[in-house]
Amino acid sequence: MTAPLVDIRAVSHRFGQLAVLKNVSLRIEPGSYTILLGPSGSGKTTLLSILGGFVTPSEGKVFIRGEDCTAVQPAKRPTTTVFQDYALFPHMSVGGNVGFGLRMQGVDGATRAAKARETLALVGLAAAFDKKPHQLSGGQRQRVALARALVIEPAVLLLDEPLGALDLKLRRQMQDELKAIQKRVGTAFIHVTHDQEEAMALADHCVVMNDGRIEDEGPPERVYARPATRFSATFMGESTILAGKVTQARDRTSTVETPAGAVFAPSTLPVGSAVALAIRPEHLAFNAAGAVKLGTAQVRDVVFQGSFKRVLAVSAEDPSLQFIAKLPASATVQPGDTVAVSCDTDQIIVLTD
Amino acid sequence: MRWFVRIASWAYALAVYGFIFLPVVVLVLFSLQATSFPIPPFTGPSLRWYDAVLSDTRLTSALVNSLLVASISSATAVTLGFLSAWGFARFVLPGSGLLRGLITLPLTVSYLIIGMGLLVLFNWAGVPKSLLAAGIGHVVINLPLCFAIIYSQMGDHQINIERAARDLGAPEWKVLLLITVPVMAPAIFAGFFLSMTFSWDEFVISFLLTRFETTLPVEIWNLLRSGLNPKTNAVGSLVFAVSIVLVVLFELTLLRRRKA
Repeated sequence: MTAPLVDIRAVSHRFGQLAVLKNVSLRIEPGSYTILLGPSGSGKTTLLSILGGFVTPSEGKVFIRGEDCTAVQPAKRPTTTVFQDYALFPHMSVGGNVGFGLRMQGVDGATRAAKARETLALVGLAAAFDKKPHQLSGGQRQRVALARALVIEPAVLLLDEPLGALDLKLRRQMQDELKAIQKRVGTAFIHVTHDQEEAMALADHCVVMNDGRIEDEGPPERVYARPATRFSATFMGESTILAGKVTQARDRTSTVETPAGAVFAPSTLPVGSAVALAIRPEHLAFNAAGAVKLGTAQVRDVVFQGSFKRVLAVSAEDPSLQFIAKLPASATVQPGDTVAVSCDTDQIIVLTD
Repeated sequence: MRWFVRIASWAYALAVYGFIFLPVVVLVLFSLQATSFPIPPFTGPSLRWYDAVLSDTRLTSALVNSLLVASISSATAVTLGFLSAWGFARFVLPGSGLLRGLITLPLTVSYLIIGMGLLVLFNWAGVPKSLLAAGIGHVVINLPLCFAIIYSQMGDHQINIERAARDLGAPEWKVLLLITVPVMAPAIFAGFFLSMTFSWDEFVISFLLTRFETTLPVEIWNLLRSGLNPKTNAVGSLVFAVSIVLVVLFELTLLRRRKA
């Protein structure tokens, strides 16, 4: 097996008394688009800063291209960062900004300008070479920051919530472009975000973080369909969570006693195990058609979202249990309706934490 | 009633500005006097006293000395002030608050005390009275000022800009020279011009710390000892004009900063 491009080994970090990273290990493959997804305070930005060399971890090691980079300065390591606030040099032209990294490498002016123009063209800003950063829009500045970081051909490009400052429409547009640019240059991108839609749209490899730990990692399709933990089931997309206990185990199917009644779920856990059952909103039906009956519920809230309706309903069996369902836009449910709730056995995700 | 309030407020404003500027107006007016005494009636205008000032080699060499002391001491003060502001803004130092207080403390100490302290110290250390000694005194009074101006403009938003430069391979001295200094240029120039203004018409420290070669304010004081004449008015007007130019440059650099 070839060595991974980035190998984070058992990294922990504390700010004073506060442990922000707890024994995190992560491998990143060449050419991949990795998303570090998590709420604020989950340690994702600290992990990015450790990769960029702005923070030296309290414990653990970071290898990049097989070399120990744990305490190597940002200037000396093969990473570049796109900062959340872009951090463009306000007194330099766009060309000067993009050429800065090459200038530091001692590349002559003509080559520098040619390469800067080439990279600006790559991000679709060929015409902005002579402009000053303050003459550009937010989205354009973002591209300049990207070009500036890409022009010196880093092994890894680090992006710290790069789309956070843009409005929604521009964010979705830049998202598509980021992915296209990454595929074109083939550099490994590591991108920090708290936006799960962004994560699903961009990632080849999605790393869900919470409270200084990696909760789950893998292709976004897998993380969504089969989340490893309860946190990842609720943070990467929504889920209805049923807490319960295994009361019977028969080859690959368990009977789980839940507030909504006994449920057959695919698992091999022994009798007595505490489990949480997660059901994605699109798999929950507000009728009795599914094989697994989850009792009845009263509809609380119906939110029309264009292509679908997001419906919240409270279980009649246990008022603390809330169902979240995604129904077709044509569904006729109203707040106050009493509905039967069901789903299919193989759509139930069994979580053991 | 309303017209009365209006007239009264105008009169008040005139009185206040008159109080501030009348001495200067009188000074400048009688520097243009044609006869030998700077007292009414006004007999000018005439430039004969300006001519006299510019042909007086003691005054002109004092003027050159003043400019030299002002520009070199201000450049030194602004450099040291910038470096300390950068240090305080970017690094966690033990006792940072106390040290920051100490560096700005000379702002509150009178020039007389600073001058006397330096006189005693230089005496003890064997540094002769000279323009260099006065220049060091001016650095002492202007460094806190430059520090305060530059430190106040050094916000956190520049931290990422410096980080970006480091990330792209810039060694620390290049980060300072190519990024921090240009980004801070308005505050640096403002500090420089304000220091120039203060150094240019500083009297007490220069008086205590210079002997043979001296600065213009001290030379003017020498001139005044032999009584008033329009020549002192003329040289005073010249000092005032240079101060105005420096203050305008200071305001302009600050103003540009605010627009950006």
